[in-house]
Amino acid sequence: MNARVLPYVLILPVTAFLCLFFLYPFVLVAKQAFSTGDGFTLDNFRQVVGYWKFPISLQNTLLLAAAVVPVQLALALLMATMVNKMQRGRDLVLYVWTIPLGISDLAAGIIWLAIFEQSGFLNSMLSGLGVVDRPVNFLSYQHPGVVFLAIALAEIWRATAIMLVILVAGIGLIPKEYYEAAEVFGASPWKRFTRITLPLLRPSLQTALVLRVILAFEVFAVVLALGGTLFPVLMSETYAYQFDLLDSGAAAAMALIILAISIGFTLIILRALRVPKGATI
Amino acid sequence: MAEIQIKNVAKRFGSYQALHDINLTIQDQEFMVLLGASGCGKTTLLRIIAGLETATEGEVWIGGRRVDHLPPKDRGIAMVFQNYAVFPHLTVFENIGFGLRMQKLPNDEVKRRVERTAGLMHIDQLLGRYSGELSGGQRQRVAVARALAMEPDVILMDEPLSNLDALLRMEMRAELKGVLAESNTTAIYVTHDQVEAMSMADRISVMHQGKIVQAASPIEVYRNPAAEFVAGFIGNPPMNFLPATPAGDGKWTVAGQILDGPSRTTPLHFAIRPEDLRPADTGLAATVKVVEPLGAHLLVTCSVDGALFRAVLDSDLTVRRGDTLTLAPQPDRVRWFDPETTLAVA
Repeated sequence: MNARVLPYVLILPVTAFLCLFFLYPFVLVAKQAFSTGDGFTLDNFRQVVGYWKFPISLQNTLLLAAAVVPVQLALALLMATMVNKMQRGRDLVLYVWTIPLGISDLAAGIIWLAIFEQSGFLNSMLSGLGVVDRPVNFLSYQHPGVVFLAIALAEIWRATAIMLVILVAGIGLIPKEYYEAAEVFGASPWKRFTRITLPLLRPSLQTALVLRVILAFEVFAVVLALGGTLFPVLMSETYAYQFDLLDSGAAAAMALIILAISIGFTLIILRALRVPKGATI
Repeated sequence: MAEIQIKNVAKRFGSYQALHDINLTIQDQEFMVLLGASGCGKTTLLRIIAGLETATEGEVWIGGRRVDHLPPKDRGIAMVFQNYAVFPHLTVFENIGFGLRMQKLPNDEVKRRVERTAGLMHIDQLLGRYSGELSGGQRQRVAVARALAMEPDVILMDEPLSNLDALLRMEMRAELKGVLAESNTTAIYVTHDQVEAMSMADRISVMHQGKIVQAASPIEVYRNPAAEFVAGFIGNPPMNFLPATPAGDGKWTVAGQILDGPSRTTPLHFAIRPEDLRPADTGLAATVKVVEPLGAHLLVTCSVDGALFRAVLDSDLTVRRGDTLTLAPQPDRVRWFDPETTLAVA
């Protein structure tokens, strides 16, 4: 076959699949979001944004992302650096660290629920140690801080590995000679990290952060398991519109708002971590 | 002052002995070349001096200070790497200034030194570029400038020219030699290229299987190789060897000819450089196998007494395949080696 046509033929199945199962539903959702039955309207958006729970769920989502992503980034960088320094057993450690990736987010939420709930492991331990007389209901409206902490912990536990695997691969690609040159020219281990590893890791950092931040705005099952309705987030509100209130127009508008936020943050990350013009990394 | 002393240095990687009891003194401002085939331990020795590798045994002294326990940055060294290691995310300016920034020198001092060394290496036009926009030769210049900008006592170079094409390598060789001579630093230069070694070095250390076989001036290494390995490694084509049997009274039988030699009773190897042979009336009978006209001279590969034997002859001579030549070795250029120890015999 003609060598100029062949590549397009080869990507055709994937393109067709994405158009059918992604682009088409997306267009449907967009249509739904911008209409209430009679023509183009922004009513759905006005409705969801004007609802009293919208600012809270937006704030909760952003707060959670702001608390979780930086911690995960730091942890993933630390873990990736450590794994990369290992001579032996590197793969084993990497597999163990990525186990949480293989668990569904709802299951992860339930694991942490088993720790924090009234008859959970944390209460058994605290009463066993004599710290509390009777079990405390940590995940109640009386302890919003604990609810937030539990969700953040579960998220960190569950999804750090996704950044880790990307960063491990990225660090592995940096030639050793750069570190040796930096060492000879007087860079301390910390300077080698900030002056060599971080800048040369920019493409991987971009990917890891974009992926993780998008996931953070889609947080749902973990929040549902641990916070229920105590901690509304954008995704749980979308779910409520669609399945509790049966208002698919409002749900579609919410979905588009989440998409817009994700695109916005993706652009910010790409811009902030861009490689200077002319530099090849 | 930066004299380098390497005392009893040995290096093992697991059960593999990469270096055996190395002792070497490099004078202040000397240009020392470590020469050897790949795997001979020359790069390992350089990396031990740099501090990128730790010796299993022994000591390294630079400028009268024991440094083998110090990190690289405290040894007063700078290094040029084989693949240049020019940082791709920094401009040429920041690459050259990298070490100076690490020393927290003031901006104007960094600028002054970067501009001076960039001028020295003729890359002042490239200071704003990134390494991806440079050719191999330009990257090489950046790597050298980065080392020179440190104004180090010692500059270490690991096969710095091996990735350049032949013409550029020749050009850089002369330039590097000039720049280093001017900078008054002690230089250690690792290479497997004997032409590079011969043309640049004050002294060459020939290494083989983790040992220094000979450390001497280029002409000494060439004229008086201390061992058969050196004789066979240095020179292109290398020295010719023939078995010699004692004929008594300092006389030796070599391929049926009687030659003068050392007073010994055990068999030796007779050795002569291809360019130290002349066609004459008496001498070694050589059957011509291949004739390669190289312009300036004629490289003739022959067979003497069944052994491979090369001669570099005047290009005016008419020599054809199958001819029999009588080649007379220049007496003062003949060398003798003990086949037992492979060392030279006086």
